[in-house]
Amino acid sequence: MFLSLSVICLTVAVLLAQVNKMTAKPIAEAKAMKLQNAISEVVPPFDNDPVAEAYLMPVGNGDSLLVYPAKKGNDVVGYAINSSSNNGFSGKIQIMVGFDTEDRIVNYAVLQHAETPGLGSKMTEWFKNPEKQSQSIIGRDFSQGTLTVSKDGGDVDAITASTITSRAFLEAVNKAYLAYSDTKVETVTGATHTKKASEEEHKSPEIKEEEKNHE
Amino acid sequence: MEFIGIIIVAIFVNNVVFSQFLGICPFLGVSKKVDTAIGMGLAVTFVLTIATIVTFLLQKGILEQFGLEYLQTITFILVIASLVQMVEIVLKKISPALYQALGVFLPLITTNCVILGVAILVIQKDYSLLESVIYAIATAIGYAMALIIFSSIREQLALTKIPKAMEGIPIALITAGIIAMSFMGFSGIDQVFK
Amino acid sequence: MNKNLKILINGIIKDNPIFVLLLGMCPTLATTSSAINGMSMGLATMFVLICSNLVISLLKNLIPDMVRIPAYIVVIATFVTIIEMVMNAYVPALADSLGIFIPLIVVNCIVLGRAEAFASKNGMFASIFDGIGIGLGFTLSLTLLGATRELMGTGKIFSINIYPEQFGSLIFVLAPGAFIVLGYLIAIFNKLQHK
Repeated sequence: MFLSLSVICLTVAVLLAQVNKMTAKPIAEAKAMKLQNAISEVVPPFDNDPVAEAYLMPVGNGDSLLVYPAKKGNDVVGYAINSSSNNGFSGKIQIMVGFDTEDRIVNYAVLQHAETPGLGSKMTEWFKNPEKQSQSIIGRDFSQGTLTVSKDGGDVDAITASTITSRAFLEAVNKAYLAYSDTKVETVTGATHTKKASEEEHKSPEIKEEEKNHE
Repeated sequence: MEFIGIIIVAIFVNNVVFSQFLGICPFLGVSKKVDTAIGMGLAVTFVLTIATIVTFLLQKGILEQFGLEYLQTITFILVIASLVQMVEIVLKKISPALYQALGVFLPLITTNCVILGVAILVIQKDYSLLESVIYAIATAIGYAMALIIFSSIREQLALTKIPKAMEGIPIALITAGIIAMSFMGFSGIDQVFK
Repeated sequence: MNKNLKILINGIIKDNPIFVLLLGMCPTLATTSSAINGMSMGLATMFVLICSNLVISLLKNLIPDMVRIPAYIVVIATFVTIIEMVMNAYVPALADSLGIFIPLIVVNCIVLGRAEAFASKNGMFASIFDGIGIGLGFTLSLTLLGATRELMGTGKIFSINIYPEQFGSLIFVLAPGAFIVLGYLIAIFNKLQHK
């Protein structure tokens, strides 16, 4: 009785180990592909491997975001930033936001969310609708401070009937910008553009302050 | 505060039955009478709490230590099945009264997907042990509550005249749909606790 | 062959797992927010059903009666884990949208029920056909439910537009719609059967 059950369990364990070995590589590749696709969707064309050059950028509160620098030749053309918010309507929202070198949002991709289908889940398209400038965040820079929904006095139209989702989404975008401006300060100070760096440094505390006030 | 959030979400916002669709078979099966619904609710609470603790420790202590995550499904279901058996035996010895009350429901619980579902969910959500236990208990309370609400409506339904084709399961499902709709009204209340 | 064909058709109509036997309700309700999701869940379950039926019908004389159920569970769980890994590897988007309901095929009462009621008593070929029949019945029912919900909720079937989206009623894609549509479909099935 125990023998036959043990034999079955043993066979099964060996079989599963084999299948696991066989599928481990495709699973890892599929995950890498998803990340790669998200990155190339949100930043200008590049020819380096942003995943290999990724680094963590602290954004305060013990939180830090993964930054993927996109480079063409030796010049940085943009940054893809993996950001998230825990204040979604039903849990965590994870997005990839891409910036060019002039503080503008190039594009974004939603990596993971559990929002209501048909309502909050519209965020995957809503904030990049080219026909409606009031709801699109594409091409926006942060010269007016952080992005907020119109209900909170900002200039981004929230998704109809999904204000909470929209707020969480913008929170993640703003967090990404914070990481972006910090990362820019760091890379630029090291380089020759000292003038621009000082400008940046001058600017970023302001934005940080504003971010704090907002929160 | 964080725990209150988990509890409210698990009971009302993401109710196991009405929004996550776990444990529907026993939900439809034992909800004809309020008494059986209460018994089943208690049995689920009991087993779910123990099972979550055991599977959680197993996952962190053995599976993740040795890189055997792919055996998760198979280990969890075997542990749950044997756990249910053990609970049955122990209960029979220690507390015959409790066994009398819950005994009939225990064998049904192995195939109740709430147990396996919650065991896997707490791992996916990356909860700590304490959070997992709280989530498990809250989920079980939500399940018991759904069963009790539903069974009291079904007791009334049994006395109502309805078209023949709709009798039994169809009308029960439609009722469940309407309750689910009212539960949607809870969505977002967890924002208050943030 | 004739007998096997009969077993197959039986599984789709007379023993339809969802509309007649009322088994496996959790994945039925949870994964049918669109036709494609419902169909994939059905196919995944069908794969597990056929494989476990096959293996159990072959092993039925080797497994002692006392440890029958645990042995069946181990066999079923193995195939569930295999399909889970394969889906994660080759159709990750689909695996994401079915989520936790793939591992939960283990506790789907249809699979264990067929192992106990059919595969443990019948030969290999009959068991395979039973698996295909019940699996098809499950898949078709899930696809029908998913298509109905998708059509009423978003005006599409398999993501093909039938009517403009804004005329759809979102509630059918959300949780309550699952219960209500399934309730009505079972009622219609009852009506047709008792004619």
